[in-house]
Amino acid sequence: MPFHGHSKQKIKVKMNNFKQNKYGNEKQALLTGYLLVVFGIFISFFFGFGIDGDAVFKLSRPRDTFVLPNLVVPASEYNILVSFVLIFLGARIILRRMTSYSSLYLGAGLFLLVTCFLVWATAGKSFSLTGMMQATVIRATPIALAALAGILSERVAIINIGIEGMLLVGAFSGAVFGSLFGGIIGLIFAIIVGGLFGLLHALLVIKYRVDQIISGVAINILALGLTSFLTSSFLKTNPELNDAPIFRPIKIPFLSDIPVLGPTLFQQNFFVYGAIILVLTTTYYIFKTGVGLRLRAVGEHPKAADTLGVNVLSVRYINVSLAGMVAGFGGAWFTLGSVGRFDEAMTGGRGFIGLAAMIFGRWHPVGALMAALIFGFADSLQQKLAILRTPIPSEFLAMAPYIATIVFVAGLIGTARAPHAIGKPYIKE
Amino acid sequence: MVNIELKNISKSFGSVQANQDINIKVNSGEILGLLGENGAGKSTLMNILCGLYRPDEGKIIINQKETHFDNPGDAIKSGVGMVHQHFMLVPIFTVTENVILGNEKTGNLNYLKIKDSEKKVSEISEKYSLLVNPKEITERLSVGAQQRVEIIKVLFRSAELIIFDEPTAVLTPQEVKELFKIMNALKKSGKAIIFITHKLHEVREVCDKISILRAGMIVGEVDPKKVSNKELANLMVGRPVNLSLERKKNKTGKTILEVDNLSVLNENREIALNQISFNVKEGEIVGIAGVQGNGQTELVESITGLRNFVAGNVSYFEKKMEYITPREIHKLGIRHIPEDRQKSGVIANFTVSENKILNDYYQKPFSSNYIMSWGDVERVSETVVKNFDIRTPSITTLTQNLSGGNQQKLVVGRELSNKVDFLIASQPTRGIDVGSIEYIHKQLIETRNNGKGILLISTELDEILTLSDRILVLFEGKIIKEFSSNASTEEIGLAMAGQS
Repeated sequence: MPFHGHSKQKIKVKMNNFKQNKYGNEKQALLTGYLLVVFGIFISFFFGFGIDGDAVFKLSRPRDTFVLPNLVVPASEYNILVSFVLIFLGARIILRRMTSYSSLYLGAGLFLLVTCFLVWATAGKSFSLTGMMQATVIRATPIALAALAGILSERVAIINIGIEGMLLVGAFSGAVFGSLFGGIIGLIFAIIVGGLFGLLHALLVIKYRVDQIISGVAINILALGLTSFLTSSFLKTNPELNDAPIFRPIKIPFLSDIPVLGPTLFQQNFFVYGAIILVLTTTYYIFKTGVGLRLRAVGEHPKAADTLGVNVLSVRYINVSLAGMVAGFGGAWFTLGSVGRFDEAMTGGRGFIGLAAMIFGRWHPVGALMAALIFGFADSLQQKLAILRTPIPSEFLAMAPYIATIVFVAGLIGTARAPHAIGKPYIKE
Repeated sequence: MVNIELKNISKSFGSVQANQDINIKVNSGEILGLLGENGAGKSTLMNILCGLYRPDEGKIIINQKETHFDNPGDAIKSGVGMVHQHFMLVPIFTVTENVILGNEKTGNLNYLKIKDSEKKVSEISEKYSLLVNPKEITERLSVGAQQRVEIIKVLFRSAELIIFDEPTAVLTPQEVKELFKIMNALKKSGKAIIFITHKLHEVREVCDKISILRAGMIVGEVDPKKVSNKELANLMVGRPVNLSLERKKNKTGKTILEVDNLSVLNENREIALNQISFNVKEGEIVGIAGVQGNGQTELVESITGLRNFVAGNVSYFEKKMEYITPREIHKLGIRHIPEDRQKSGVIANFTVSENKILNDYYQKPFSSNYIMSWGDVERVSETVVKNFDIRTPSITTLTQNLSGGNQQKLVVGRELSNKVDFLIASQPTRGIDVGSIEYIHKQLIETRNNGKGILLISTELDEILTLSDRILVLFEGKIIKEFSSNASTEEIGLAMAGQS
């Protein structure tokens, strides 16, 4: 049987594409073109001329099973070449009005800009690329977990800016209970306490209909105040309560011997593996299961879900609590997965960066993981560059992850679409 | 076979008695028409029947067995399904995902067996000729197709009683015919159907019996074959209604508004209006017909200064109107009845008199030297309330406590109570009672007879036909045809579906 509605739809979609091309995409393409030209000029001005020597990137460490030769890049030549490529490409986009793939070009341009920066910083010195990638993954882990918590919550239409606070209480409980009963018990408590804070947020916004932003802010302030108070009044005087064991990296046999990739992905601790597993299971949960279908419906059109017998409020309670548990797990990374002790406000805004990653990843777990890796990269870059002693002051470099957040949130995600019912309480007449 | 009976149902919200002692009955193979004005209590009654509300008193009896619904899930299990007036569809879901939501078929690890469900949706769609592609994203479907998805949803849950809540409000006349065919096919296959509407000729066309609801009570049960439109209208409103309006022949004067090749974008930066041109002269009502979402909102907003245009011109008495603010436009004598009174017509928690002065509070006599003169505000508000028949306890009553019809009369009163040269009336009678509709229509005709121009935008074709001197049909952002006032519903309906 022919679907007469179908062919009509196709025509409509085509028309929409045409409209998009004419008005929407052309502006974006032009912007991309100009940006690429600016990048090119910037590179040749600042990174291209007047630098000597080669940049040596080390791909392997001496003790690795397979040792790859170093990657040697002639600094000045590479940067000038890249700047010409960018200027040429940008000019081509502007002159030919190339409207397709403009965000891809922009992404590639940004990537090349970063490589030029690295080459410039490394010129005449050597730099461990593998170490950098390993650090990127480690630093991306709490951001990815925060983003995942954000996704679970916002997919059921509940804004959760309290994730920063949930990370903090997770970190604190992980440290205290870890010191008392060992790492695993500490981790379990971090997850439970995070979940309780998630439940608190759910109660406030669902049952008492507190504004979702205000409830999130309240939770952040509560978490910060509570952990700081407990730290200064108990942990300072009882240092044995703040001395938790650390989860050591686990080498996965064979896989960890692959050059570059092995140390990056398969010589990490439990938190990194846990984050990857959670990203995969959450993707399955949201997009492939029956309960996932209900969850998405509750976030997009709760009344429709209600008329079909889905219990909107319980779906929200469950998922916001789950979000708290994931954030608690992410919080434990700061203590049990990193330094083994709790310091006041040690999460340093990673919860908020996680929310940026969530938006940049378009509320999809895999997308959020990719975004978290970009932020993790910026984070580890500032750390490693401090060692290379570039002319840029280290305080300035420490801003890198936050600058990356602003650039991505402001510039690249304009068209991302949040779950439709977001921020609105569901009220039955 | 199924038979469903509602016995002595009552329901009140606070002090408002929405339903009082209602009895209705419907059997397999039967279409019951439930006729009533907006606010008569139809939706409340149906929300009780589909489990969204619980009745204060009374029983629901299905196949001689008393039944209680605590939530919509219970009603679905008992075989009651509802096609909602505002579609209950998740826009970004596929058709199949929307159909199975709440009744998902899953395997191990709760894995969603979407392929199986797609097959089942195809089967239902073929069995009842409800043509729709199960894999299509719902928001890309036309309104008619989305309604078919709603019907499939109900059939997928093997409903025996199907309630259609104002299903024709969003359809073109041709789509309405198609829907009636589907309803008759469902009836033949043994379903019981309740059809809710306020359109008289529709109930007479498809129903086997009609119950009329007024002010929360059943006021009549009639046989559609033995009753006229006029009798139905009298029962529905509770007094004789004058269905036809007297319109003097008009004499047009100077051109007031000239729209020339106007192009406008919508929020998604897609073209909403594509090079449209038309004019409105003194002493005429120009009606814009069309299914909702074909550019009407954007048209009104660009003429009233609320939206920028990308190309073209709008001139008012031969003066160009680009880059001029809504306040300046108001000062030129252009008045605007916005399409959504709740959103942009009144401020719900302002009083009646505060709403009256929203557009000229800064002028004398209401304000001088930045100080309000509330005495004058009250005096003028009192006259407007009297002249425009706004039923309100007082002018200091909050507007949210007025009925929809009286809120709309307040908007009309505000816009027409001082110097008018040109009026843009967008959906001026949406969702209000017949009495108010009559009144507002009279006001519009009177304004036209006084030699003013009116641009009337309405998705109710009947309204366009009753009031307009010329009719333009808007389809996908273009004016695809112009008709004179004596055009037939069928001709205009075809144009509304894009066939010129």
